[in-house]
Amino acid sequence: MNIIVLVKQVPDTESLLEVDTANATVNTQNVKWIINPYDEYAIEEALQIKEAKGAGSVTVVAVGPDRSEQALRTALAMGADTAVLVNDAAAEGSDALGIAKVLAGVIKEMPYDLVIAGVRAVDDDGYQVPAAVAEYLELPLVTAVIKQELGEGKITCHQLVEGGSLVVEAPLPMLFTAQKGLNEPRYASLPNIMKAKKKPLEKKRLADIGLDAALVGTGSAKVAISALALPPERKGGKMVTGDTPEALAAELVRLLKEEAEVL
Amino acid sequence: MASGVFVFAEQVDNGFKKSTLEAVSEGRRLADALGEPLCAMVMGGGIAELAGGLGTYGVDKVLASDDTALIDFAADAYTQTLHQAIQEMGPRVVLAAATVTGKELFARLAAKLDTGLAMECSDLAMDGDALSAKRSLYGGKVIATVTVQGSPMLATLRPNVSDVVEAPKTAEVVSMAPVTSGGRTQVVDKQLESGGKVELTEANFVVSGGRGMGGPDYSLLEELAKSLGGAVGASRNAVDEGWRPVSDQVGQTGKVVSPKVYFACGISGAIQHVAGIRTSDVIVAINKDDDAPIFRIADYGVKGDLNEVVPAIIAEVKKLKG
Ligand SMILES: Cc1cc2nc3c(=O)[nH]c(=O)nc-3n(C[C@H](O)[C@H](O)[C@H](O)COP(=O)(O)OP(=O)(O)OC[C@H]3O[C@@H](n4cnc5c(N)ncnc54)[C@H](O)[C@@H]3O)c2cc1C
Ligand SMILES: Nc1ncnc2c1ncn2[C@@H]1O[C@H](COP(=O)(O)O)[C@@H](O)[C@H]1O
Repeated sequence: MNIIVLVKQVPDTESLLEVDTANATVNTQNVKWIINPYDEYAIEEALQIKEAKGAGSVTVVAVGPDRSEQALRTALAMGADTAVLVNDAAAEGSDALGIAKVLAGVIKEMPYDLVIAGVRAVDDDGYQVPAAVAEYLELPLVTAVIKQELGEGKITCHQLVEGGSLVVEAPLPMLFTAQKGLNEPRYASLPNIMKAKKKPLEKKRLADIGLDAALVGTGSAKVAISALALPPERKGGKMVTGDTPEALAAELVRLLKEEAEVL
Repeated sequence: MASGVFVFAEQVDNGFKKSTLEAVSEGRRLADALGEPLCAMVMGGGIAELAGGLGTYGVDKVLASDDTALIDFAADAYTQTLHQAIQEMGPRVVLAAATVTGKELFARLAAKLDTGLAMECSDLAMDGDALSAKRSLYGGKVIATVTVQGSPMLATLRPNVSDVVEAPKTAEVVSMAPVTSGGRTQVVDKQLESGGKVELTEANFVVSGGRGMGGPDYSLLEELAKSLGGAVGASRNAVDEGWRPVSDQVGQTGKVVSPKVYFACGISGAIQHVAGIRTSDVIVAINKDDDAPIFRIADYGVKGDLNEVVPAIIAEVKKLKG
């Protein structure tokens, strides 16, 4: 069972982000970079499948600048076998379709039975790249998976939807996206972090995968950010006063009804 | 020349969710701004009446694909059928509610049509020939205005940030044969909450509990939610403790909610939690710690033990509602 996991490096969710409103860019100079949390679920699931089968390989693939190598090394330290990083200035500024074209270009050269991605990247909150990869590779797709059972040549996925879940069956090879609940990702141990430094990490350019640079990058993007702003600050309002829980509750409900007019 | 607004009206158990009607209403608003017609597509089994009902929300024409194979979300058949409908209709803009299904379907369509798509949007407007929309990035820490280009331009709408508006007319219903061949995935079972329960992202009132609940007994919060016709949510800690299902988690790695009132009970107010509730109209925090960060962003803070305060609030709400 050969499994490919799509891994994106994103700013730590605890980072304070500085927004340059004039240029509509986020200043990421001082952020700490981590593996997209949903991709950790994807990596963990791939490792568990491989361990259960007792055979196969887990390859992690990323498109991004040099620093993304760190995310791939962490994935290798978790237990992935090999990594591929596509780092090409021409891919910078790509929209989701551009990134997906690069990923599909890399994956189609490799043997695989399963591709796993995160349900979304917590920086662009895009929900788009894995579905586009599935389209380009003509793979069946199931998103937001919280549980899966592999069978012979097929997989049964539990998809988390509004108000419950759907159980969806798909033939292999296929692509699914990991939602929180799928598993508890392991930590990379210190010895494994050391070992990961020696694991193979291949760097590629667009030319290596035979992708026309005109199909990706800022120029081809069909979605562009025209302005960025911080969300309106929520200011603390008032503390409700009252000497007893009953008095507090009565005052709160009065305020909700008369002042906020929401009841 | 592409023209008109087209909405994928997702049916679940032969009904429309509020989020879908919001998307239809936004579609009407955009169509009016463009001076162009609004069409919708419904896929399902036995949906003729449901399809016609969209006239209530100002839909001019409904394409109805009625087939037992479409009762549940059949990913490939839905994608191919909608793809074909779009190619026949040639709309300028295509919208849907940003549900799990809507997002999956539209992400695939964007790739198939090689066109621009923005997920989980609000504030849709035309900007010249492009579609502009607001969407949140970094789990709600940054708000972006994005411009979508391509033909057609695709967007999915975040639930609960726009209104359902009735604009009754008689919708023309046209049936369309679905493309059901070659479907690879199959829904073999579904476990959906049946009737009456309000979905977290669509609820006007959300009552969430955190670690301060002290255990898995959420009956107090369930009761408050019920008295308000709302839904129950949870912090990540409560979910990690196994007190609540993952689907109840609110925050950066959970759901973003925009209710009229969000009650945070025994929740400290970590940045990742706040990212999911910032767009609520009013935030009420109930916490026994004066210094809890949640009080710095709550519109109304109640300092006290939730086990005493929440029952008192329930009593007051019941008094009010009679
Ligand atoms: C990558 C990442 C993603 C995350 N995503 C999310 C997310 O999506 N959603 C999320 O919620 N968190 C998320 N977190 C976790 C977040 O940082 C906090 O740890 C979490 O929100 C804290 O949960 P809590 O408020 O329930 O618990 P605590 O922080 O432990 O707070 C409990 C609160 O309850 C109060 N309390 C205790 N007893 C009572 C009582 N009887 N009556 C009243 N008040 C009482 C206490 O004073 C305290 O303020 C994420 C963290 C990371 C690193
Ligand atoms: N640049 C990238 N490199 C590798 N994988 C990516 C990249 N961008 C997105 N992905 C994958 O697609 C998922 C969803 O991302 P998005 O569509 O941006 O929300 C992520 O969780 C990753 O698994």
